[in-house]
Amino acid sequence: MKQDIILAGVGGQGILSIAYVIDNAALADGLAFKQAEVHGMAQRGGAVQSHMRLSDGRVWSDLIPKGEADMILSVEPLEAVRYFDFLRPDGIVITSSTPYRNIPDYPDLGAVLEAVRAAPRSVVVDSEKLAKEAGTVKAQNIVLLGAASSFLILKEESLRRTIEALFRGRGPTVIEANLRAFELGRKAALGS
Amino acid sequence: MPRQILLGDEAVALGAVHAGLSGAYSYPGTPASEILEYLVRRAEETKAFTAVWSVNEKVAYEEALGVSFAGKRALVSFKHVGLNVAADPFMNSAITGANGGLLVVSADDPGMHSSQNEQDSRYYVQFAKIFGFEPSDHQEAYDMTREAFDLSERLGLPVLLRLVTRLSHSRSAVETRDPRPQNELRKGAGKDWILLPVNARRRFGQLLDRQAEMVRLSDESPFNELKLNAKDRTFGVLASGIAYNYFREAVAGDAAPPSFLKVSTYPLPEGLIRRLVEHVDTILVLEDGYPFIERQLKGLFGVPGKTILGKTSGTLPAAGELTPDIVRKALGLGPLPALAASGLPLAGRPPQLCVGCPHIDTFKALNQALEGQAGANVFSDIGCYTLGALPPYNAIQSCVCMGASVSMARGAADVGLHPAVAVIGDSTFAHSGITPLLGAVRADADMTVIILDNATTAMTGGQPTYGSGPALLRLVEGLGVAKEHIRTIEPLPKNHEQNVQVIKDEIAHRGLSVIVAARECVQEQRKKRS
Repeated sequence: MKQDIILAGVGGQGILSIAYVIDNAALADGLAFKQAEVHGMAQRGGAVQSHMRLSDGRVWSDLIPKGEADMILSVEPLEAVRYFDFLRPDGIVITSSTPYRNIPDYPDLGAVLEAVRAAPRSVVVDSEKLAKEAGTVKAQNIVLLGAASSFLILKEESLRRTIEALFRGRGPTVIEANLRAFELGRKAALGS
Repeated sequence: MPRQILLGDEAVALGAVHAGLSGAYSYPGTPASEILEYLVRRAEETKAFTAVWSVNEKVAYEEALGVSFAGKRALVSFKHVGLNVAADPFMNSAITGANGGLLVVSADDPGMHSSQNEQDSRYYVQFAKIFGFEPSDHQEAYDMTREAFDLSERLGLPVLLRLVTRLSHSRSAVETRDPRPQNELRKGAGKDWILLPVNARRRFGQLLDRQAEMVRLSDESPFNELKLNAKDRTFGVLASGIAYNYFREAVAGDAAPPSFLKVSTYPLPEGLIRRLVEHVDTILVLEDGYPFIERQLKGLFGVPGKTILGKTSGTLPAAGELTPDIVRKALGLGPLPALAASGLPLAGRPPQLCVGCPHIDTFKALNQALEGQAGANVFSDIGCYTLGALPPYNAIQSCVCMGASVSMARGAADVGLHPAVAVIGDSTFAHSGITPLLGAVRADADMTVIILDNATTAMTGGQPTYGSGPALLRLVEGLGVAKEHIRTIEPLPKNHEQNVQVIKDEIAHRGLSVIVAARECVQEQRKKRS
């Protein structure tokens, strides 16, 4: 059993928090994992991705070979499309529909979403709307994690517990908002 | 002990703590920053050892060397180009030797994710004639760090551990072992540490005498692994560091994988390499960085009867980072079936200055002040503000190495370039900008230095800085810059017109001026609020 995930988004969108939750849930579930991430210059509003590899055996490479990823999980639709060549032909794309427009030549959003839906399996969630509904627009990354959760080889309970741990220092309101964001994302994906 | 989730950098840091670390020193630089970040946090919690962000890498190295001289265990870490800054004490510490264990961690950046070059720190291991380790995963990063401290004391020499970005910034679980206590104070043997020629010659001779022992230790290291495929004498792989993982990944489903040698220690394990080379006709060398092993294996004339493939043969690209896909191809494996790339034109998304960044306002004012000045050149430096090179600012014309903005502006001004402007951050100024400014002041060089004082080392995540605010102004004045030509501006949109005027005035002054553009980094402000 193994699962390779490309986490994608723009620097500052909370990709590393998603990775943190998946890492810790994997440890709790007794899986081996490696997760390569991007620090430094690229984090300043640039395209960022993290290679997340889960396995009940040994994980060798920190990077996912092209064609090996089971999932692209993206907090931004254009960034989801950027890594299509990493995805298996039957892989799944899970992305937010909310664009992050910090470049002058951002393509037409309709065309971007059409490209996402051209993948054989795709789940598109309105993370901005759902995060606001959950109580904080900052929780879009957790909405996406929720959307991915029923497709992950991790226990839902391990993910929830790690979300609680991640936001423990910020008080019960923030924890609850993020758990709600997780739940709304999960339901939205299951209903799509 | 339980398994812990650690970055590669953090695995090194924790390995050092468990090896009985007493003092750690560094200057921030991607991908090495997280080593000392971790140690600073841990030192604050435990008060058990010292962890310091130094003024620059040379200073960090010498501070660590002082710890070693005092008999305690020391770590000094930096990015690969940081070792250039520290090269002087590094090379000489191979002659003095180490007393307490001294571990040098140099994190290379193949592919230049956040760097000016992709130099390979293994050449420094060879250059200094010391022992080096290269981990391929997190567990090895932890284990080798512990081993490196023991070996440093056994050899009486500094030991270097080479990391690459992919391991530094990858997370995985690490199994830790019981910590070892710190050393007692025990001063270094005076004569070994006084590098007068008479002592240095003796010490260099002793260093040369230890080379054969180091090769033997390398051959015997449990971190190297030779596996010969008895049935296949045609092809074998010699792989080091992270490249070894890509090889194992590619042959994971193979019932009878080719013979391979994993190399994790330097100088090269000559005996192990001989056995692999004797066993197979063709050897593919996989290493991230320069063809360091491959060139030694080939020498000038190659190995008679053997084919050696790698970066010099064109089997692998000579530049850039290795990937699992590149290694698959070099092994003769085809690409995996993948989803077809979308036809959508993928607009690039390069990094950019943050919304509200003070550098934006400084660059806008500078650009306007320089309008119509065809001869102008803006020499810049290493930091977030290097992004001023990109549109819409297009505000700078150079970025070479830490502090070079000031020295290069001086050189250009000396031969008549005008306006010669240097743009440097407060942390970079403290690192390597002070000494060139001291020289420029003496000559009253016709140049304008703009110090971007955002009160932090921003690019690497907000480490402390040594010259900011009033202390920076006093420092500049103390260097001898004329008081009337030390100006302060606050880079904000509302101050644009007056900031343009200040810059224009100081450029018009045909001598040395320093303008301090002071406003705190927005990321740091945000951190304080949350």
